[in-house]
Amino acid sequence: MTLAAMFLLVWVGSLLAGFLGALTGLGGGVVVVPLLVLLLRVDLRYAIGASLLSVIATSSGAAAAYVRDGMSNVRVGMFLEIATTLGALAGAALAAHVPTGAVAVIFGFVLLGAAALSVRRPAGPPGTDGPADPISRALHLDGSYPGSRGPVHYRVRHVPAGFGLMAVAGGLSGLLGIGSGALKVIAMDDVMRLPFKASSTTSNFMIGVTAAASAGVYLARGYLDPLIAAPVVLGALPGALLGARLLPRLRSRVLRLVFAAVIVTLAAEMIYQGATGRL
Amino acid sequence: MSAWTDQRMERVIGRLLQTGVLLSTVLVLAGAAVELASRASERPDYRVFRSEPAALRGFAGIARQALALDGRGLIQLGLLVLVATPVARVAFSVLAFLAERDHTYVVVTLVVLAVLAFSLFGAHP
Repeated sequence: MTLAAMFLLVWVGSLLAGFLGALTGLGGGVVVVPLLVLLLRVDLRYAIGASLLSVIATSSGAAAAYVRDGMSNVRVGMFLEIATTLGALAGAALAAHVPTGAVAVIFGFVLLGAAALSVRRPAGPPGTDGPADPISRALHLDGSYPGSRGPVHYRVRHVPAGFGLMAVAGGLSGLLGIGSGALKVIAMDDVMRLPFKASSTTSNFMIGVTAAASAGVYLARGYLDPLIAAPVVLGALPGALLGARLLPRLRSRVLRLVFAAVIVTLAAEMIYQGATGRL
Repeated sequence: MSAWTDQRMERVIGRLLQTGVLLSTVLVLAGAAVELASRASERPDYRVFRSEPAALRGFAGIARQALALDGRGLIQLGLLVLVATPVARVAFSVLAFLAERDHTYVVVTLVVLAVLAFSLFGAHP
């Protein structure tokens, strides 16, 4: 395939991946990597490097729109970034020592987990009353967001458990070149009891910083190929912005199930090809 | 807690992120245009991982290549700007928390900044 044809294919694919990633809330990375690896037969390491960069682009691009709403919790984000960046460094360091086939298999299972999470029922109501958690109080983590009738205050709980889950999310991000957004939202929603509005925007906010922590390692190792990364970054960002814009009109259960089916198919293929040494 | 300062901080951060992503996109687009104009019909093989040449793996080399208007150098510089964008956000947050006299969070953001600096400037064999 010529460079021009490859560039165009990767660009269109990344546009779709970014779009799908934004609609499902899974992020573009989980679609970009299988696309490059399974369809275009790009080496997994180049695919992971390019995907990680697209994650930074979509996170930063979308955050610019989110932060103005005052929905995200800057302190929760900053504190948990200690866990995610350390995890990401460890994950990126590990990536060099794990065989490519094994990384593909892990990627497949993480993809299956993310698909399952994307169709789950929402968590119960967030913690709005009750006594403050001592750690949360010491770190000023309790927050508020603008609601229709004035600011809505909420309390943040189970900080150590949330912190631990975030380190795992960071590790997966560094190992697989994905944003781990689903796991980040779970940690904040189900464990730390943040309201969904606050957790999703805060998670998006953290994804870019987390990915930047593994990007330095990837660059030094030569995983960042300009001619693969360029069409991925240029495609994923507009795709994700378009997906985010259409999300309110396309949020149907049927659509989510269709996307989940696509993701499961990609995951099964990654696991099969990784396990049989084809990657 | 001064909510007003937090919100102003978020607005500046939003602008910062937007600018970084835009600058990065322009550089990547320019580099891609140069590459496609000169090598569109070449047939690169990405099935086998060969790592990038040393000139495209370090800051000095990338800067040199980009200044020479080499397409891959320009793209790589754009990608560096992209990576630097969230890092700049963390750096800015250190200053903002200093201005708010929130010493706990000055320390928290400095720790995050240190991890990022290690990733970008540390030796990774």
